[in-house]
Amino acid sequence: MKRIVHWLLIFALLAAFLAACGPTPEPTKAPEPTKAAAEEPTKAPEPEAKEVTMVIGYTTSQTGKYNVSSTRQVNGLTLWMNEVNDAGGIKLSDGTVIKFKAVTYDDESNKDRVQELYTRLATEDNADFLISPYSSGLTAAAALIAEQYGKIMITTGAASDATYKEGYTLIFQVYTPASRYLTGAVDLLAQLDPDLKKVAFVYENTKFATSVVEAAKAYAEEQGYDIVLFEGYDAETTDFGPFIEKIKQSGAEAVLGGGHFQDGSTFARQVHEKGVEIKFFTLLVAPPEPDFADLGEAAVGVIGPSQWEPLAHFTPEAAKEAGVEWFGKSGDEFVEAYKAAYNEEPSYHSMGGYAAGQVLQKAIMDADSTDPEAIKAAMDAMDILTAYGRIKFETSPEAHGLQIGHSMVYIQWQKDDAGNLVKQVVWPPEGKTAEPLYPKP
Amino acid sequence: MLVPSLVDGLLLGFVYGIAAMGLSLIWGVMNVINLSHGPIIALGMFGVYLVFNAIGLNPYLTLVLVAVMGLLLGILIYWVAVHRVINAPHLSTLLATFSVNMIIVGIGTAVFTTSPRNVDFTLGSITLGPITLPWTRILAALAAGVVTVLLYLFLYRTPPGKAIRAVTDNRAAAELMGIPTNWMLALSFGLGTMLAAISGGLIATFFPFTILAGGSYELKSFVICVLGGLGNPLGALIGGLLLGALEGIIPAFMETSWVPVLEFILFVLILLVRPQGLLGSKT
Repeated sequence: MKRIVHWLLIFALLAAFLAACGPTPEPTKAPEPTKAAAEEPTKAPEPEAKEVTMVIGYTTSQTGKYNVSSTRQVNGLTLWMNEVNDAGGIKLSDGTVIKFKAVTYDDESNKDRVQELYTRLATEDNADFLISPYSSGLTAAAALIAEQYGKIMITTGAASDATYKEGYTLIFQVYTPASRYLTGAVDLLAQLDPDLKKVAFVYENTKFATSVVEAAKAYAEEQGYDIVLFEGYDAETTDFGPFIEKIKQSGAEAVLGGGHFQDGSTFARQVHEKGVEIKFFTLLVAPPEPDFADLGEAAVGVIGPSQWEPLAHFTPEAAKEAGVEWFGKSGDEFVEAYKAAYNEEPSYHSMGGYAAGQVLQKAIMDADSTDPEAIKAAMDAMDILTAYGRIKFETSPEAHGLQIGHSMVYIQWQKDDAGNLVKQVVWPPEGKTAEPLYPKP
Repeated sequence: MLVPSLVDGLLLGFVYGIAAMGLSLIWGVMNVINLSHGPIIALGMFGVYLVFNAIGLNPYLTLVLVAVMGLLLGILIYWVAVHRVINAPHLSTLLATFSVNMIIVGIGTAVFTTSPRNVDFTLGSITLGPITLPWTRILAALAAGVVTVLLYLFLYRTPPGKAIRAVTDNRAAAELMGIPTNWMLALSFGLGTMLAAISGGLIATFFPFTILAGGSYELKSFVICVLGGLGNPLGALIGGLLLGALEGIIPAFMETSWVPVLEFILFVLILLVRPQGLLGSKT
């Protein structure tokens, strides 16, 4: 024992001596933030030009259930940031050049971690702007922190309406809100089969899916539909047998609902295996994902709303027709740049991340300033068309920041001439790439 | 509506049963609660998925390979993580197997991401009156039955099986009789993980999954073990069928959110009234 104490004393003295001789150590920070690939600021050629590096803070779900969607969202955001920095930054009229640097942490798809990390981003990392994490639940947690510390936060990957009805003033939504997710499907159904009246809603019991179907149900009832079944299932549900039996019993001819990818794809597969005769089948989130095609025959005829699709064709001409300003690159250019950067097709999550960056860029350009108040005012006044679609925010105190410009596109899995499964845009009429397959085979 | 839901639930119950049997066997033989059970179920799913996608081998044939890999993985986990703490308090074995859980989930997330996967394999359905049953579910139930019979033959008719039962009854006495108890424990752990991997492989033929999907089956396995009797493989199968039937019937009458409520009320009642489970604790 004495020998151990002796050695510990020697070690402590040696450590104290080395510390006194060496440079002052950096204060320890844990966990160390991941610095995204962003350009280091370079010196401006002209003496009067001032370069400012603004910090964008956000969390990524590098682990946990949101890993895939979150990663794609961040890929889109990073692509935008690299493009702006590579192009020399945003130039203001007073000569200031703005470049961006990202500070990000892994939120583990966990709400508690989100609150802790957004507090860190706002206070210790001094983020100038915040981008939301992925999912409505995590974003609700982050929005509270952003508002509390007076940081502008652009949300993407978060469709729930509730966050924007809390009286916040600095939170701006890029996604079409959940309340308008399925209303287009009801319109499509009305156009396809005016005689069909019996509709069933079978949905995941989550904040997002519930708010979507409640709004869609109210809308369907307004249109005169008879809601013969309205029932939720747990997020972990794997056996949809009981629901399928209820659908059969109810005599429903159209089924709308779902929630996320896993439950939606399971539901679609079991509806097919059980040979349920429904004419119209629309599910949230799952159908637009490329992996939905793994279901094979079970995917044919299934419709899904999507925030954005590479097929969607928004153009400067369309902007002119709508009387709004066009901003940014075209959809094809985005797809090409994304594929070159990440070697995969962009999903709507990727486009959402990219669009969040574009919103910030446009607001800074319009404000011609780095002052948060001026940037907020520019966002309030924004009405633009981009490759992602139209972007405009609600400015009333009741729902400030809610997205009111953007609308969904509806895709359907169909077979091409060679028998391969392909996604087609079937609604709205102005954006469709094929006639809807009706009734569902 | 009741009959189709009940049949659906029972077929699924067979698969739940063999997942729980693996957990039950490990508990019965070595008093270890294996918290790596869920991720191993998920690895079984990925085993079938990867082989099917790589070489198109029939998933039911792939199960043999998955079973062997599950057995070897279990033996490896035993020697690396469990053996040193086998005689330590329960908390040590819980933490050891929980660590294995975290390692598998961490590596699995890095390699496979949490994207849902789906084995694009279908055998069509059979319709009997009001009941439409996918063949994949029927075959999964049959496979679960075959595995149960084979496990019983192994435990009751073969020398290693008898040795495992001897170790379960009295480890010290078994050692004195010349039985290599450590290897029997390793084999038991391997058999438990093999059953978990097989159940995962069977589930993959009809449900999509992610690397995190095993967690819910692990929880069900705990409930089933308590229902059937901890350490009793046949009890696990009966418990699985009971749970499957409940999951099939309850949503026919009320909202599915009542399923876990009623399941766990039953769980508590069994603990209060018959803590040894419906069939008692034995191997």
